[in-house]
Amino acid sequence: MARLFALTIVVIAILSAIPIVRHTWAPPPDVSTHGKLIDEQMSETMTEAGLSFLASQFLLAWFIWRFSASKPGDKIKTFPGGAKAMVWAAFLLVGTEVLALGVFGVKAWADVYFTPPAADALQVQVQAGQFAFYFRYPGPDGKFGPLHADLISEANANFYGLDTTHDQDSKDDIVTAEMAIPVDREVHLLMHSKDLGHSFYVPALRVHQDFVPGLDLSLHFTATKVGRYEIVCTQLCGLGHYNMKAYLSVLSQSDFDDWLKKQAALQ
Amino acid sequence: MHDMSAHAVHHAPPTSFLRKHVFSLDHKVIGKQYYGLALVAVLVGMVLSWLMRLHLGWTNLAIPGLHFLSSNGAPGDVMTPEYYLQLMTMHGTIMVFFVLTTAPFAAFGNFFLPIQVGAEDMPFPHFNMMSFWVTFVGFLVLISSFFVGDGPTLAGWTQYAPLSAVGSVAGPGEGWGEVLWAASIGIFCIGQLLGSLNFITTTLDMRTKGMSLWRLPLSAWAWFVTSVMGLTAFAVLMPACILLILDHVAGTSFFVPSNLVINDQLQPHSGGSTLLWQHLFWFFGHPEVYIAIIPGMGITSHVLITNMRRPMLSHRVLVYSMGALAVLSYMVYGHHMFVSGMNPVSSLAFSFPTLIITIPSTIVVLIWMGSLYGSKLRINTASLFALGFISMFISGGVSGFFLAQPSIDIMLHATYFVVGHFHLVMAVAAIFGIFAGTYFWFPKMFGRMMNETLGKVHFWLTFVGAYCIFMPFHYLGIAGNVRRYQAFVDDYLQPLIPVHKFITVAALLTGAAQFIFLYNLIYSRFRGATAPDNPWQGTSLEWSTPTTPPPHNNFGDHLPEVYHDPYQYGVESSVGDYVMQASPEQVKSAHDEA
Repeated sequence: MARLFALTIVVIAILSAIPIVRHTWAPPPDVSTHGKLIDEQMSETMTEAGLSFLASQFLLAWFIWRFSASKPGDKIKTFPGGAKAMVWAAFLLVGTEVLALGVFGVKAWADVYFTPPAADALQVQVQAGQFAFYFRYPGPDGKFGPLHADLISEANANFYGLDTTHDQDSKDDIVTAEMAIPVDREVHLLMHSKDLGHSFYVPALRVHQDFVPGLDLSLHFTATKVGRYEIVCTQLCGLGHYNMKAYLSVLSQSDFDDWLKKQAALQ
Repeated sequence: MHDMSAHAVHHAPPTSFLRKHVFSLDHKVIGKQYYGLALVAVLVGMVLSWLMRLHLGWTNLAIPGLHFLSSNGAPGDVMTPEYYLQLMTMHGTIMVFFVLTTAPFAAFGNFFLPIQVGAEDMPFPHFNMMSFWVTFVGFLVLISSFFVGDGPTLAGWTQYAPLSAVGSVAGPGEGWGEVLWAASIGIFCIGQLLGSLNFITTTLDMRTKGMSLWRLPLSAWAWFVTSVMGLTAFAVLMPACILLILDHVAGTSFFVPSNLVINDQLQPHSGGSTLLWQHLFWFFGHPEVYIAIIPGMGITSHVLITNMRRPMLSHRVLVYSMGALAVLSYMVYGHHMFVSGMNPVSSLAFSFPTLIITIPSTIVVLIWMGSLYGSKLRINTASLFALGFISMFISGGVSGFFLAQPSIDIMLHATYFVVGHFHLVMAVAAIFGIFAGTYFWFPKMFGRMMNETLGKVHFWLTFVGAYCIFMPFHYLGIAGNVRRYQAFVDDYLQPLIPVHKFITVAALLTGAAQFIFLYNLIYSRFRGATAPDNPWQGTSLEWSTPTTPPPHNNFGDHLPEVYHDPYQYGVESSVGDYVMQASPEQVKSAHDEA
């Protein structure tokens, strides 16, 4: 029984590792400038955590196999070095491992959050609400008009609560249900929620940020590959949460300009 | 400390049925009541998970009879999106609070802590009785939300504001269902605070003669550490629940900022903070993970030592490690909030303690493994579950390396990777601890042995089944599969649906295997072989009671006197390879740390 158990542990550990080693399931390929560091950090952590997992399970299995078959006369043996060896091992192996991960991980985090966006980054506003994202581009004047919560109306398709009659800056604002950005140009995303907590997760772009009602947050990133990617909500926001999504089109600069013109004409 | 126990808690054996079995002051009866409550709760929670899994595998599947539970939630027996979320919320809440907190801590702790310290009862028996009945009421309040208005809350067990705070405008269940949730958990907190107070005082003031703190068994240490955490963590959650209720019924805005427009209606709130809820909740929520798992560590250690026939490499190092886990658990809670909008510098400040907490966790695992080395391991159902606990704790623990790092959390936050991680490390591992404790202590609790063959079948199916369910969760998370979706409509999630189907089948089969346990439990309770006083040749005081189950006052006319460390195994004594704590026999031991 004990030996079967030990073998089972080994088999489960190996079977668990196979899809990881073979990359059977993986995130969509990275299309951002900052994502490489995140992917490297992920891969580094996978190696260290994976080895820790396999080594610990194998050791557990081996000890179960070896020490469940003692005979009546056998004496209890103590692991060489005793508890001190275990404490040292934990501090040296795991301590250095996790600290190394932590220290190197700071770079990947800092790349996203501690660097300011470039001055000429394209500003795009995103508003989250049950259960859709809406995007706003400032138009030719480069300025976003002010928001009026009391004017927000899904029924009138005034998703942002803009007053285009009185606010000069709002007149040329472009509001869309799909996001488009030019390739290889930094985007400064200005985020707010109109109702509840939501999130902006684009796996392919390696960005993920919650919307916090009452707070204006921002993100910046650069997409490196033309294509169409999914933006999904990851913060439980009600019954339609699973269906709260939008598409992000990464276009060449000229295609983006054309797209923006078309969207402006639709306003 | 010694003169208090004999007098302060003395209460005569009850004579009426009501005082003996229902409103009992006896810690042993209260422990069994908690166990019974957890058993009912886990059955409800498991059935909810089956319904969720069926829906996730086959979204439009009609589940026969589901409309009886809710005609609105399951018209034509097909679950609506909101009903999925409501069942999910109830699954999480029931499991975390009424199973993982009550069974390993309140149930076993109530029954065995006073006995293991050598006391007649807990110092405040009325508080103890109240703690159970308050918890029971909390459970009823939670369950009642299935049957009021538009059903229970759908905001998830974490109840993030403002979804949880703005009322029914935000969705079904966010009116009365939400208030009942907050009331239930607030009530639950009172029960836990009373229980923790009793546990702490029992450990500090009720120890019998010779029972120094270092002579406490590891299970008793674990319950003590957990009760200190309970006192501090639930003391934060309870006011948070009160504030949440006030936002609903008194027009306050603790968790709701101004200018929110929901369903085209400008909300009347202003001035609140949504992140405040997250801070309050996770200040409780992360210690709660350890409240669920540390008793399991203690039980696993206790069961393993008895079955390894040797003490741990170091009793003290294990105790210090559990203490370190408890202290650090308050410094790491922000890792739940890396992408929440909290200051990104804070994310780093929370990341490092989260990484560092792996060190005491690793020490605990290495001490277990190092103690297995050179032992004389006995394989029985209890020890199998204890060893299974270690395997699950390792598997769930290593995924913590990922989630401790903000940069990686960008990819994994709110995905099934997180679900896989916490299920393995705090749910499955904790439940393995509960099973180990049940198979180990059942003879003492009920005076009968459980069936070992059925126990082993139960173990094998559960061990393999749990891995089949929860390991693939990690793969889904790596592929970016977001949690809390009732269906997978995103293009990149389509290829993952077959994995969900596999998990659903595994969950149904593993769940079904739990009925073997239930049968064994009920059958053995009435028909099991009569248990001897000390069936596993254990050393701690629960095996020294004059009768099995122990009498009303635990030790008869005289409280025991303790002469040894808790785990004097691997020695040569007149009874075999062990000396009981209450035996005055002096033996030569290489393991006397105290």
